Amino acid sequence: MTNNLHAQDALIAVKNIHKNYQRGSETIEVLRDVNLNIHKGEFVAFMGPSGSGKTTLLNLLGGLDVPTSGHIFIDGEDIAGMSAKKLTTWRSRHVGFIFQMYNLIPVMTAFQNVELPLLLTRLSKSERRRHVEAALAIVGLADRMSHYPRQLSGGQEQRVAIARAIVTDPTFLLCDEPTGDLDRKSANEILDLLTRLVQEHAKTVLMVTHDPLAANRAGTRFHLEKGVLAVNSKGEAP
Amino acid sequence: MKYLPLLLANLGRKKMRTILTIGSFTVALFLFGLLGVIDMSFNQGVEVAGVDRLIVRNKTSLIMPLPIAYKERLGQIQGVKDVTFASWFGGVYQEPKNFFPQFAIDVDTYRGMFPEFIIPDQQWEDFARDRQGCIVGRKTLERFNWKIGDRIPIQATIYRGLWDFTIRGVYDAKREADDTTQFWFHFNYLNERTPFPKDYVGWYTVRIHDPDNAGPVAKAVDERFANSSFETTTETEKAFMAGFVKQFGNIKLIILSVGSVVMFTLLLITGGNMSLSIRERINEIAVLKAIGFGPVRVLGLVLAESIGYAVIGGFLGLSLCKLFTLSGDPTNGLLPVFFLSHETVLYGIGITLLVGLVSGSIPALVAMRLNIVDAMRRV
Ligand SMILES: Nc1ncnc2c1ncn2[C@@H]1O[C@H](COP(=O)(O)OP(=O)(O)O)[C@@H](O)[C@H]1O
Ligand SMILES: [Mg+2]
Repeated sequence: MTNNLHAQDALIAVKNIHKNYQRGSETIEVLRDVNLNIHKGEFVAFMGPSGSGKTTLLNLLGGLDVPTSGHIFIDGEDIAGMSAKKLTTWRSRHVGFIFQMYNLIPVMTAFQNVELPLLLTRLSKSERRRHVEAALAIVGLADRMSHYPRQLSGGQEQRVAIARAIVTDPTFLLCDEPTGDLDRKSANEILDLLTRLVQEHAKTVLMVTHDPLAANRAGTRFHLEKGVLAVNSKGEAP
Repeated sequence: MKYLPLLLANLGRKKMRTILTIGSFTVALFLFGLLGVIDMSFNQGVEVAGVDRLIVRNKTSLIMPLPIAYKERLGQIQGVKDVTFASWFGGVYQEPKNFFPQFAIDVDTYRGMFPEFIIPDQQWEDFARDRQGCIVGRKTLERFNWKIGDRIPIQATIYRGLWDFTIRGVYDAKREADDTTQFWFHFNYLNERTPFPKDYVGWYTVRIHDPDNAGPVAKAVDERFANSSFETTTETEKAFMAGFVKQFGNIKLIILSVGSVVMFTLLLITGGNMSLSIRERINEIAVLKAIGFGPVRVLGLVLAESIGYAVIGGFLGLSLCKLFTLSGDPTNGLLPVFFLSHETVLYGIGITLLVGLVSGSIPALVAMRLNIVDAMRRV
């Protein structure tokens, strides 16, 4: 029952999540009865072999997809039952996405890329500028604002992507293998940055990774195995 | 407005493709404008026709004459207000390629019949006093660099010999569609020198009291002269002009067919380019949707992009067409009016927007319906 006590003050509470995919007549159970609680300010890593359902879980937490059954409470709201339209708005307010392939818009400058999520807000042009500059300063790219993605290294591109994710000050950040495409040195810089976001800026970060060194940075580690959330680093039952 | 950088960035994505897409619109709209100009040229007579004017001509053929005595008899028919007449001269100035129409007119009544042509009173009086005087339309005057007082020799082709005229005045027109290439001189001068039987005119123009009464009045005219040696055919000026245009074949159909093929090709090219461009960007669109761009916004962005191409290209095309027409009729007078009408421009803008919208609609729907999770998995 510790779980329920935790759930009281958890930022993210996942209850009995199932996710099935239909491939022809065959039903694939990608996530089976996943339960977990994440608190504000936690740095969480999800590990597990390829195909174990990590991305699927992250997509559900980020409101990009809906579970087959179960509940996902985030800040008290159950996003599992939200309409697509509501989810779109919810994502823009609450989630910062960081992808493995950075996914910046190549024809826009770092500044413009970071500004994109702010276009959906009511902020004025000068307010947007202030937020973008602050976010780029946090990731250490204040001097690269007018660079295009192709003029940046992979590590710098990912930092721009992180700036884009934090610029709206979302409730939490979702990173799907953020260092998967980077060399060790750049990967470490990104991990340092994520750690700093948690420690200095009180961000909540959820990260999927293959890399044990990356996972070691996280305060909490979950393991997914064939859609079942198995162990976590604190040795508690999930 | 704040999405403008995003739009511009997308337009500038593949320079060559952007140039080709915009270029397609430019070429298509230039052609469209030109077709409109040509259509207008052929139909200008129909466009400017007076609603209260009838044309009375020889029933057998337009080139057969009518007696001058009909003038008075026409005036007596009920519903007829004014009568004037004219004859086609068909002369050549220096060389046959210098074509412009010459009419021998009834000086007393012609000006009153065509108030759309503007001539200063003094010039008209000078013209009326000079038996060999003539009035020239502004376009023809400028084309040959003539000025008032010049002596103009015209070689007759139907009538015989060289005819000398003195320019006594120049006429302008109220509307751009009016023909200012004509050359008018005294019917009495023609009647005096003609080698053919005298006192015959080419056709009559009749003003009626009530335009709604055109049918019955025309019928009354033709009945009045039925069974005489010069039977008449009477119709509204508009119908007459339309019949005249028909002699050249179905211009409208040709123009419509060419125009449709051009627009259809444009639609295919732009639609193809937009689809290609969206397919290359599936991943970016998925990211935009992930960070909170809703379906309507995504739809709007893609449509705005295709309409952007259309508007830039269409503007260039119509502007080039305008420039082209400013240099004047390239056919040496065959097309008496040669200008891009407001109507054509409006149609052009409408078609531009429509093609932009339609060509962007399928890619826009694809982008709108795109499933984020599937799209991200695809890479
Ligand atoms: N749209 C889908 N349709 C069918 N199967 C899917 C779909 N998305 C994911 N899967 C399957 O779900 C499983 C888990 O995928 P994923 O969450 O991407 O795993 P991971 O990120 O841990 O590698 C895989 O076997 C994958 O093939
Ligand atoms: Mg994955």
